[in-house]
Amino acid sequence: MAQHESTYVPKSAIAKWWDQRLPIMRLMHDSFVDYPTPRNLNFLWTFGGILTFVLVAQIVTGIVLAMHYQPSAEDAFNSVENIRRNVNYGYMIRNFHAVGASMFFIAVYIHIFRGLYYGSYKAPREILWILGVLIFLVMMATAFMGYALPWGQMSFWGVTVITNLFSSLDGIFPGLGTAIVEWLWGGYAVTGVTLNRFFSLHYLLPFVILGLVILHVWALHVAGQNNPTGLDVKTKSDTVPMSPYAISKDFLWMFVFLIMFAWFVFFLPDYLGHADNYIEANPLVTPPHIVPEWYFLPFYAILRAIPDKLGGVVAMFAAIAILVFVPWLDTSRVRSSKYRPIYKWFFWLFAFSCLALGYLGSKPAEGVYVFWARIFTFYYFAHFLIVMPIVGILETPKKLPRSITEAVLGEGGAATPKGAAAAPERR
Amino acid sequence: MATDVEDPQRRDFLIIAGNAFAAVGAASLIWPFVQQMNPDAGAKALASIEVDLSPIQQGQAITVMWRGKPVFIRNRTPEEIEAAKKVPLNELVDEAARNENVEADARATDENRTLKGHENWLVMVGVCTHLGCIPKGQTLSDAKGDYGGWFCPCHGSHYDTAGRIRKGPAPRNLEVPTYEFVSDTKIKIG
Repeated sequence: MAQHESTYVPKSAIAKWWDQRLPIMRLMHDSFVDYPTPRNLNFLWTFGGILTFVLVAQIVTGIVLAMHYQPSAEDAFNSVENIRRNVNYGYMIRNFHAVGASMFFIAVYIHIFRGLYYGSYKAPREILWILGVLIFLVMMATAFMGYALPWGQMSFWGVTVITNLFSSLDGIFPGLGTAIVEWLWGGYAVTGVTLNRFFSLHYLLPFVILGLVILHVWALHVAGQNNPTGLDVKTKSDTVPMSPYAISKDFLWMFVFLIMFAWFVFFLPDYLGHADNYIEANPLVTPPHIVPEWYFLPFYAILRAIPDKLGGVVAMFAAIAILVFVPWLDTSRVRSSKYRPIYKWFFWLFAFSCLALGYLGSKPAEGVYVFWARIFTFYYFAHFLIVMPIVGILETPKKLPRSITEAVLGEGGAATPKGAAAAPERR
Repeated sequence: MATDVEDPQRRDFLIIAGNAFAAVGAASLIWPFVQQMNPDAGAKALASIEVDLSPIQQGQAITVMWRGKPVFIRNRTPEEIEAAKKVPLNELVDEAARNENVEADARATDENRTLKGHENWLVMVGVCTHLGCIPKGQTLSDAKGDYGGWFCPCHGSHYDTAGRIRKGPAPRNLEVPTYEFVSDTKIKIG
């Protein structure tokens, strides 16, 4: 779809002069205004735009917070309290940022599951998908380091526990894990030195994400968007111009999303966090029950389900890394689960497993919780390694529509349904 | 974007109203992001300080910190006061008093640079009115400039014994902040 002809016409003499020297307005016009989008995109396709907005919002609010924050063990906790109490509108900007992290993950999980359901990872979108996995990984690192910055009890002990994951490498080569952990800490324990470097990296990584997002959008615009039928765009009537059709849908759902966002910011700012993080970090006392932020809980449950230190760490990272191989693990010729009567059920079982692992991750690692965490951890991996390859081969997909246009307008595709926009393709 | 031929105004109205609503929302969101850079409640809480003057002998000066800026407090000798009073106002670079405690249009006489009844005390923000350096003149060994008051080493501004600019690039007299005597030997600045 990237090869569609440019329709940009500079309106003024200056725009024309500029266009001959740096055709950035042409690039923007062809990428985001007159870009052909499949005419059947549903609301799940608006989350890419929402995520871009949230990334920019996190960068803007983060830069503001960095103006008031002190990245030292002595002052960090108090400077965050100062932001909440004394800085003009600091309470609001800080809540935007803290709640924004959760909103980022809500949106990214919807975005990922959208991709899994409609087969958006399949050829020719493998690179696009892998870039997405990389973004997800860097996002997790950024969120983890950001959570350390208020230097409360959960910050401190979260950093201690997660950095100690690397000490499991002692099981492979004695001393290796310890050396890596001390290198991460800059000492023999988590201290203000650790906090300082986390602050530095927490400021850097969002810009790495931004760069990856640009590549992600580039790759998207080479392959073109997938759509609920999973069919390729074949003719011009399969598409509508991005502006105003896809754009207005993006804005509608962005506003719905922002209403939820604002609800949390103004009425439940601490609901998604943990009360213990309002106790200043104390290196001598661990809180009785350590849990990560909600968006890490499924992976935390996988970590604890494996009764071996190194094995748990490997499983946790494998749970993310396995996403990279999804384009090749799925053997089905059909992209969209809409036309996959058997796989569809496994998809929902997988989604349920992830939610269940999230719930189990928030519970203490004992008794029946561990049992169920193991069951769902097994299915998490089995879904990718067994279900995806085998169901793809055995299943008989439902009959696919011949084109996107036919899927929308019915066979023949000539009759315009009552109330539909008159001839959106006429342009 | 009227796609419904029968009722174009309704669609137009919705689009204009929706966009206007979004524009107002986005614009109002800018305000907190501008306002956050202004002095916060903590900085405002430091807006006034009290200073005990009793240890300062005649001819001595101290510098105190107020709102992050140095404030010069000098217990002037009779000779210094006399020298300042003798200066004809038309010789001054800046004829305005620059004293928060007198009327805004008051002239820069020596009396108007101080508080009534406490003419020996000169209290000024010790920031050069040129580009914000701190003038010399507070300690005995400092260069005091051609007029025996303060001398700014950055760009060579000379202030007299009433803190008035006499020579050099600075445009205004050193500023006298709002202050009052809360007792005979104590002042409250701010």
